[in-house]
Amino acid sequence: MSDERPAPPKEGKRERLLHRVEAEAGALEHRVESEGEAFLHRAEAEAGKNPFEGVDFSELELSLYRPRTLFSIILSWIVTGMTLLALVPLFAVLWMLIWRGGQKLSVALFTQLPPAPLEQGGGFGNAIIGTLIMVGIASIITVPLGILTGVYLAQAPGESKLASAVRFSAKVLTGFPSILAGVFAYGAIVLVTGGYSAVAGGIALSILMLPTIILTSENAIAMVPAKMKEASIGMGATGAQTVWMVLLPTAMPGILTGIMLAVARAAGETAPLLFTALFSNYWIASSGRLNLMQPTASLAVLIYNFSGMPFKNQVELAWAAALVLVVLVLIVNLIGQSLSRQQVQQ
Amino acid sequence: MATGMSPGTSPKLDKTAGGPPQVPAKADVIMDCDIKELYYGTFKAVRDTQIPIKKNAITAFIGPSGCGKSTVLRCLNRMNDLVRGFRFNGHVKYRGKDIYDPAIDPVAVRRYIGMVFQQPNPFATSIFNNVAFGLRINNYKGNKTEKVEQALKRAAIWDEVKDKLHNSGLSLSGGQQQRLCIARAVATDPEVLLMDEPCSALDPIATRKIEELMLELKERYTIAIVTHNLQQAQRVADKTGFLYVDTSQGGRTGYLVEFGDSKEMFENPKEKHTREYIRGEFS
Repeated sequence: MSDERPAPPKEGKRERLLHRVEAEAGALEHRVESEGEAFLHRAEAEAGKNPFEGVDFSELELSLYRPRTLFSIILSWIVTGMTLLALVPLFAVLWMLIWRGGQKLSVALFTQLPPAPLEQGGGFGNAIIGTLIMVGIASIITVPLGILTGVYLAQAPGESKLASAVRFSAKVLTGFPSILAGVFAYGAIVLVTGGYSAVAGGIALSILMLPTIILTSENAIAMVPAKMKEASIGMGATGAQTVWMVLLPTAMPGILTGIMLAVARAAGETAPLLFTALFSNYWIASSGRLNLMQPTASLAVLIYNFSGMPFKNQVELAWAAALVLVVLVLIVNLIGQSLSRQQVQQ
Repeated sequence: MATGMSPGTSPKLDKTAGGPPQVPAKADVIMDCDIKELYYGTFKAVRDTQIPIKKNAITAFIGPSGCGKSTVLRCLNRMNDLVRGFRFNGHVKYRGKDIYDPAIDPVAVRRYIGMVFQQPNPFATSIFNNVAFGLRINNYKGNKTEKVEQALKRAAIWDEVKDKLHNSGLSLSGGQQQRLCIARAVATDPEVLLMDEPCSALDPIATRKIEELMLELKERYTIAIVTHNLQQAQRVADKTGFLYVDTSQGGRTGYLVEFGDSKEMFENPKEKHTREYIRGEFS
């Protein structure tokens, strides 16, 4: 009995609790249902609505009537037109060269000596060899000097006075009138050695080549990622090993491009050679012996001399020489490019 | 570049300091790094950092950006010599010899203590030449091909590159490039390898590979690694040092807060800063 008495109130309590739970569950269910419906309603309403409402599509359309669109299109045309215009002189010159110079092209041009006035035929074999030798002398001087100076400039600390002085001088020298290089070499070499010579011509050309090689080498070496230099030094390489085994090989495509640019410029120069190598109607080597200390023919000077002559044969030879010179420079450039491409692929 | 040596670290005194009484207790410590003050110009970058690096173990340096952990690592093979205005007060002893002793050639130091950088930095040459670089600069006379193969195998990249040893090192993927750099570093058999965030430029798969590699390499080499990745330090490092930035004196000077076994440090950090950093309670 004693344990039945407390039972009813307990049961009542449990039922009350159950009721409350049921009531709350019902309310909750109702709330969920009503909120879900409200959500569905909202979603349906929004689905019907245009998400781009308020966006003015005419504003987005491409239209020629809008000043900025028109301006952009006109500017594109102007830029394209200017580019085509810039190509006109290049192709005009090439066309003239091929047209006028190509007619005369023959093997004899490369094997024979320049003709005397009124003489027919002839060629400019000695001038081709002279140009090659003098550009060769200039390259032997400037390539090592220019690359090593480039290494110094690229490696020198930023505040180095010597480096900024050299860099400034090289930049000034880039715009140096080529005739002044000729006058300088005339005073410094021709007068001292007592005569016009291939060596003097080579030195005059080297003055023109040096700044280009210095500046492009410096640029190419400075472009080598710093992390490669760091890797080399981190491996325990000395400064010289880093330059020789990492910086120079990596920068070689850029350096080669600079050398080719310089060679191409030097091969076409006339003014410096007029004062230093003059011209010669004979081969630079006689009876198998090369004499670099005598006046030497070059393609550029030959073109200069012959183009002004009143003889048809000489003028035609000048055109042919011009074509050969352009082709030579082109070949040098192509070799340079293929060399640098090989470097990159490696 | 004068490395400002305190009078207390003159070579003569070093011998007595690192003399017999200490050697038995620290026999497995191959590098003993004690940076009192480290300056870049007038900027005090690191102070009071002592990290002993145990042989054949991986020691990790962790800490927020700018706390000087890379600077400390670069002290260990004198890479900081390249930075203008670098001054250093303290000592870094490698096998008991202070590598900042004026009589020591930093170039020779770097041949014993190699380095792997944050960005994979192979040279713009073939895979073979990349690995043979260290052999060439050391005028190695033996069989280079064998050495290169061995190094590539140790760096776990041999199978991937054995058929294209003459392709450019730059043609590889980032993770492969980094393993190539590790091969290049181990080709000369350095005793210590310093790794400056070697995985921060890599994806998780490449990272995992490098981590596995590190665990293999520690059998042979001693490794010190800087990492931003706490899980990485936890996974690979035997010892961990936590560096933090002290801004109290105006500048941003890094210093060592805590150093100890990695497990202990990550589970039960002693210092408040370490605890906050490990739990990610500040950036």
